[in-house]
Amino acid sequence: MSDTHAQSVAFVRETAIPPAAPPSTAAGPVKWVRDNLFPTWANALLTVAALYVIWLVLSSTLPWILGGVWNTNSLAACREVLDGRSAACFSVLTERWHQLLYGFKYPSELYWRPNLALLLLFFAAAPVLFFDLPRKLLIFTGLYPFIAYWLIWGGTILAPLVALAGFIAGYLIYARLVKASFAKGFLGGIAAAVIVWGIGGYLIPAGASDRAMLEAIPSRDLGGFMLNLMLGVTCVSLSLPIGIALALGRQSNLPLIKGICVVFIEFIRGVPLITLLFVASVMLAYFFPPESTVDLFLRVVIMITMFSSAYIAEVIRGGLAALPKGQSEAASSLGLDYAQAIRLIILPQALKISIPGIVNIAVGLFKDTTLVSVISLFDIVGMIRGPILASTDWNGVYWELLMFASILFFVVCYGISQYSQWLERRLATDHR
Amino acid sequence: MNKSMIFGALTVAGLAAGAAGAATLDDVKARGKLNCGVTTGLIGFAAPDANGEWKGFDVAVCRAVAAAVLGDATAVEFVPTTGKTRFTALASGEIDVLARNTTWTFSRDVDLKFDFIGVNYYDGQGFMVPKALGVSSAKDLDGATVCIQTGTTTELNLADFFRVNNISYEPVPIETNAEAQQQYLAGACDVYTTDASGLAATRAAFENPGDHVLLPEIVSKEPLGPLVRHGDSEWGDVVRWTLNALIAAEELGVSSANVGEMASSTNNPEIARLLGTEGELGAMLGLDADWAKRAIETQGNYGEIFATNIGEDTPIGLARGLNAQWTDGGLLYSPPFR
Repeated sequence: MSDTHAQSVAFVRETAIPPAAPPSTAAGPVKWVRDNLFPTWANALLTVAALYVIWLVLSSTLPWILGGVWNTNSLAACREVLDGRSAACFSVLTERWHQLLYGFKYPSELYWRPNLALLLLFFAAAPVLFFDLPRKLLIFTGLYPFIAYWLIWGGTILAPLVALAGFIAGYLIYARLVKASFAKGFLGGIAAAVIVWGIGGYLIPAGASDRAMLEAIPSRDLGGFMLNLMLGVTCVSLSLPIGIALALGRQSNLPLIKGICVVFIEFIRGVPLITLLFVASVMLAYFFPPESTVDLFLRVVIMITMFSSAYIAEVIRGGLAALPKGQSEAASSLGLDYAQAIRLIILPQALKISIPGIVNIAVGLFKDTTLVSVISLFDIVGMIRGPILASTDWNGVYWELLMFASILFFVVCYGISQYSQWLERRLATDHR
Repeated sequence: MNKSMIFGALTVAGLAAGAAGAATLDDVKARGKLNCGVTTGLIGFAAPDANGEWKGFDVAVCRAVAAAVLGDATAVEFVPTTGKTRFTALASGEIDVLARNTTWTFSRDVDLKFDFIGVNYYDGQGFMVPKALGVSSAKDLDGATVCIQTGTTTELNLADFFRVNNISYEPVPIETNAEAQQQYLAGACDVYTTDASGLAATRAAFENPGDHVLLPEIVSKEPLGPLVRHGDSEWGDVVRWTLNALIAAEELGVSSANVGEMASSTNNPEIARLLGTEGELGAMLGLDADWAKRAIETQGNYGEIFATNIGEDTPIGLARGLNAQWTDGGLLYSPPFR
């Protein structure tokens, strides 16, 4: 064909024109901006207003943060360096970071101990949090509380060993007796553990902690963000099993068990956490002679655990209630007994439904640990409000310190929430 | 924690074996440590420094008692208490002495069953205003907005003062001193009122302290002092006379610098009795002869303690005022050492 018109046209194209890029208004960033930021007049106005607000915020905070002073040793010196400029005095963080993280009494040459305990926590928590990992790792998880206790508090290694022995003895007795009946195994296990602890308690020689491998640290010396983390981790991990037990107990057919669980849950839920903490720190002191009070940390752990387990119980009860009755009936028809049905059929489904609620409680609980500052424990907020702001050097620094505390809490809480979302996706087998 | 559990169980078992009303002085000596209640942190009065070492005006009293009783000013276990936990901590025996700038009032002394052993700081409620306001007396504050901490005696004192002077005010209730500082600086109130020492400390932390003035009126009496439990007068005497020794030392010109020399070469019989080179004062208290000397040696006399912690050369910059010796027109007056 081209030959036909070879004389009449000057040029005939023989190949296809390569595809041109779409006009900039129909693709790429311009289109994205147009579609998302300026699709209509109203939206365009909102976008401009939002940008203006962002600019207002950043233009006042960014210079404040970026111009911060990091290397003075008092607020007065910092203000001298700033010379009337408005900027942050982050030097309070560089001078007092160890107090914010560990409290002001934990010996600084021993910081490696809580650090190591925190590092090991990740290994201990991994098999619990990520169940694709080999199950053998759970052995380490089981040992972790005793290792962590020994690392943080130090003292004689016999104490955690005796405690561990008690748990092992209890479990062995339980495993032997549980075939006959659950109640027998349960009570027998508890009795065995108590006996071992009793004997062990007497066997530990007085003053064993004085010549121990790791120097003993009294609970009063714990503080800072370390204290928040310890309280958070201990209380969440203790309150989960207790909460499950309470939730099951509340559904029990036995009136006594049901009654106890209902009264406990409703009572604890009806009382503010801060009153429980006051009871722990103030009232209990009256019931013990001055020299032999139960450790304040332990009292606080008990109170916070009671508090959060009541809430977790209600969350899990919600999960249990969401299961159709057919599930437990199906389990029964397969010949599973109560414990098996709960363990294999009911709880896995109920817990999956409850994950968002449980995580919500865990995050709330972790932040609630800052309440211990009102009973004169020096957690991170207690450190800020008390010793640091009351020092002549740093009286008057607020934003920097509280920003630092918020960042620490945000990182942990955001991590927990991301994990829970991952867990939900991972477990999503139905309905969605 | 499991160890604590075991100990907790053992504790319950051993309840009966616990100390049954032994005298506090013997307890402290047997323990080798003084349990002293302090604040969780109040600028100038008690706060741990960057090394975790407690410093401050109240802390010095604790250390002086420890030096007198145990011979070691560092043998103190500082138990931080809040305004809410301080009295139970003392009543339950968790602490031996509470030195936590606590106002000596009738009901605390009588109804709560404590013994105030003296006054180590005479405070009073004052007012701070921005200089720009141009006010020179609290009586000019008609119609002012006042930042005030809720639930404190300062709130009641304020109402009394304004009613007596027949002027009006608008309260801005706030919770803590830190919050008050921010509110006041942000201009939420014209006036901030609390104890004068607190005002001075707050003002010292401002970026431009010179822009704010403390008004001359002091509208309440706040005698702050250490206290012990009712019913153990021997222990109360030890603490009372340790504080008196610090005050008397200033009056007599004994300081941490010259106490050693004074003890060996003084001709003044009262100094000799105070420092234990003459008489049996220490033995009467159940202590050795050098008790007061050690307290003064380690902590300094009252004037030195005041100057290092809250005096005019510190950022807090409090003048002696009522806390001067009686010979200088103040209220400090130690009974004689005789």
